[in-house]
Amino acid sequence: MEHPIWQEGVYAALKTAGVRQLGYVPDAGHAHLIDAAHADNEMRAVVLTTEEEGIALAAGAWLGGQRSVLLMQSSGVGNCINMLSLPINCRMPLLMLVTMRGEWGEFNPWQVPMGSATQGVLERAGVHVRRAERADEVVEMVAASAALAFDCRIPVAVLLSQRLIGAKVWVK
Amino acid sequence: MSQGTIDRRAVVATLLKDPGDLLVVTGLGAATYDAGAAGDRPENFYLWGAMGGAVMIGLGLAIAQPTRRVLVITGDGEMLMGMGSLATVAAQAPDNFAVAVLDNGQFGETGAQRSHTGLTTDLAAVAAACGWPSVSTLRTMAEVEAISPRLRRERLFTVIKISPAEVPRFLPPRDGAKLTARMHQALGIVGDP
Repeated sequence: MEHPIWQEGVYAALKTAGVRQLGYVPDAGHAHLIDAAHADNEMRAVVLTTEEEGIALAAGAWLGGQRSVLLMQSSGVGNCINMLSLPINCRMPLLMLVTMRGEWGEFNPWQVPMGSATQGVLERAGVHVRRAERADEVVEMVAASAALAFDCRIPVAVLLSQRLIGAKVWVK
Repeated sequence: MSQGTIDRRAVVATLLKDPGDLLVVTGLGAATYDAGAAGDRPENFYLWGAMGGAVMIGLGLAIAQPTRRVLVITGDGEMLMGMGSLATVAAQAPDNFAVAVLDNGQFGETGAQRSHTGLTTDLAAVAAACGWPSVSTLRTMAEVEAISPRLRRERLFTVIKISPAEVPRFLPPRDGAKLTARMHQALGIVGDP
């Protein structure tokens, strides 16, 4: 699948940050990162059945001395809320990359409620949220958010806006 | 489904006898109390919340520490909430990882309401269907004693049918930051991972 060049930059930023485990519930917007992780012998890619599994995976990774990242789309954020008590109580880092649905050019109304609530819900649950709108800011934002998460041991989410990702094209 | 009869404290004391450098993650509630009662140690990571997350924490730890053994001890309710993680772990196939579910067929912390395993669900069959290579359901202390060394050698999922009788509370440490720090110290992790 073709992917924008910034997605390669994001993967490189994760590598530079020392990320060794990548948990994901797939999204088309994360496809390059997922493929790159599976092709990388130094990265463990873990496909999840639901997003909160990834919060617990990240906690276990940190407990064992490894850094990780968690990929999901905005619809999965709501699944994570109680599990966020784990990194917060344990003073552990968490780096989440969230592709947004339910905003720019959305076709599917079922994506709108959670998409609209994503940032507020994360912030109320104690997660520091950054939002990338433009291709030229994404890589730097991911790198800075990784530093914030791992150096300060706090949960950080980077929201990748639907305008950035590109609205899903529905063939009628 | 018929209830178990063996004592949960005796079961966990057997599983954690002479633990060596075994890394242990316990599910919230009684499994945490049982592991603490068997002897608190820095290699025990107790959950007091994060219900449904015990197996996934164990997986992340097992991937990060491939030369160490990880044992997750949890209850039927906690395992039911994280049932999808049985599929996730099976797909990762970690060699250094095992799970023991203490199954009393009820939610003991909240008033002994019957759980799915007390009604219709067979968790060992669920794990097998997810792709775990070896699963078992145990009902006697002799079986527990026999499986204990295997839980430190093989990728196993075992359900241990325990008595629903209440046992005295034992409350191990519950400060997550301290539990994390002492695990890091035990693993020789200094500074920021």
